[in-house]
Amino acid sequence: MLIGYLPAGYPTIEKSIGLVLAMIDHGVDLIEVGLPYSDPLMDGPVIQDAVSVALSGGATTDSVLEVVGAITDHGGSSVVMSYWNPIERYGVTRFTENMVARGGSGLITPDLTIEEAGPWITAATEFHLDPIFLVAPSSTDSRISAIAQQTRGFIYAASTMGVTGTRDQVSSMAPQLVERVRQLTELPVAVGLGVSSGAQAAAISQYADGVIVGSAFVRAALAGGVAAVGELAAELAQGVRSPLR
Amino acid sequence: MTTSENLVWSENSVQLPGHFGPYGGRFVPEALTSALDELDAAFRLAASEPAFLQQLADLERDYTGRPSPLTRALRFSEYCNGARIYLKREDLNHTGSHKINNVLGQALLTKRMGKSRVIAETGAGQHGVATATAAALLGLECTVYMGEEDTRRQALNVARMKLLGAEVVPVTAGSKTLKDAINEAMRDWVSSVDQTHYVLGTVTGPAPFPEMVRYFHSVIGREAREQILAVEGRLPDAVAACVGGGSNAMGLFSAFLDDSSVSLRGYEAGGDGVETGRHAARFAAGSPGVLHGARTYVMQDEWGQTISSHSISAGLDYPGVGPEHAWLHDTGRAIYEPVNDSEAMTAFSLLSRTEGIIPAIETAHGLAGAMRLGAELGPDSVIIVNLSGRGDKDVATAARWFGIDLGDVVSAELAEGR
Repeated sequence: MLIGYLPAGYPTIEKSIGLVLAMIDHGVDLIEVGLPYSDPLMDGPVIQDAVSVALSGGATTDSVLEVVGAITDHGGSSVVMSYWNPIERYGVTRFTENMVARGGSGLITPDLTIEEAGPWITAATEFHLDPIFLVAPSSTDSRISAIAQQTRGFIYAASTMGVTGTRDQVSSMAPQLVERVRQLTELPVAVGLGVSSGAQAAAISQYADGVIVGSAFVRAALAGGVAAVGELAAELAQGVRSPLR
Repeated sequence: MTTSENLVWSENSVQLPGHFGPYGGRFVPEALTSALDELDAAFRLAASEPAFLQQLADLERDYTGRPSPLTRALRFSEYCNGARIYLKREDLNHTGSHKINNVLGQALLTKRMGKSRVIAETGAGQHGVATATAAALLGLECTVYMGEEDTRRQALNVARMKLLGAEVVPVTAGSKTLKDAINEAMRDWVSSVDQTHYVLGTVTGPAPFPEMVRYFHSVIGREAREQILAVEGRLPDAVAACVGGGSNAMGLFSAFLDDSSVSLRGYEAGGDGVETGRHAARFAAGSPGVLHGARTYVMQDEWGQTISSHSISAGLDYPGVGPEHAWLHDTGRAIYEPVNDSEAMTAFSLLSRTEGIIPAIETAHGLAGAMRLGAELGPDSVIIVNLSGRGDKDVATAARWFGIDLGDVVSAELAEGR
């Protein structure tokens, strides 16, 4: 499974819709729609800059839901990726209801620990949305188990200790982490952080159920718009589905 | 269970570790959870060991210069309706502010955890200087993140950090101030947590930071309580402090929390005035939200995006506040008021001219508060103000404010800081 991230509203709301639809058309299985936030402390410079452009352009939580709706209308699937404060401010129940109405399937929360997630998990359960949590190479086994118990859809395995951004090599910690997760849960595991090429995607697909690509799509959007994003999606999709598998 | 949409918490959360009522907690990337658990355990173990406490006390006495005096401000009192004003002299600590108390504690913990590097954020530069100092003392590598805007207005402290051997990284993202420096320090920490401890400089951030930083600053309140009982034979009517993140205030407040007769007063930065929108008044104009790892009062818009703060004081120029302050505010145990730039600068000038003490501009907000408090509580009242830092770093800003001609040479040097 290929999962591609782009922030809603980058470079504009309309254009961000065009970009994610191109991703779907070129083989991305699930779109991770980023909710632009003023203090993205898990993101590297590429996504920081993109999010800043989106916010300056007036992107809001409603814009994110608009992008989700457009993806659904196009026949695609999406989850939202958001830091916690905008969701809490919007209202957890209100957000959950609107996500369901727009056809979104889940929410990735990179700064929400399971200990603080009670109200969100309750709402997600009621509305059949997937709460998607992250595990990291530093997570203990008992913590991975606890996180897996609260997660639905898939587990997001952060491939390395660090922030988002493309890297020449995907960390060697990733296979070990995925292996540990597999011992502890039946949930599908997707690997993210640092993936940018078809070759990397192919390598990860040999041991993980999903490959998550973010910064590389933002760079492609910046460099060549819809065409470049489509091209990257095609390359990654081929990697994910390569016969190496 | 859930009481409202915008304030998500259960009634049980009052008893949860790492929380202050609904506030505090941990809102961080999963990658940091194990480091925070490790820190929490190291802190609790150290705090239970007499040997560690002795080591810290020795450093406080021999290196910081504690106890810091409690100075009666007789002439300044005349501008406070004659109230008996006492200054807790944290400005006399080594490095010139209260910040060293927390930093020494965390630097010792860093060594105990076997880590070789510390990172820190800084606004006014006082926490950065203190961290660079402790790193030099204990042989730790040190990187300090500072908003580019703040590196300009606090250029002298940037130079001090570099002289102490620290790397200073100007942060150009966002509003280029303290908030963005914290973001960048967090990003560094996620990537380097194996060998690096993040010496967070105030009583905010994810648990256990708010509790731990308060603990290391509680020496301020303990000393002040003992000192005022010795000199006045009674508890003060009020204790006052400026509140950015709120560490100097929590340090002072902590010794008086259970004394219901002692009013706790915090003064946040009103900037150009709360009505102008250019301020850092989280209680006057913010609302509960999540920022930098904790639920607390945050300056935010209707979408939950952080609003940039403004203050003449770099150290108070922050859109969040320590979660324990949020709880003290909601429960009514402490009272928080904004103090505008101009009101703070008036107090800055008055203390300088009446007591021969040039305070930090941050601290001047607390002094302006004392002037209000004197009017409120009357001439017989006893008030302790935390003189949290000295004003050497603020000479250029203050000279500009008061129109003092610094002369060509000095101006050129200070202009670097502009």
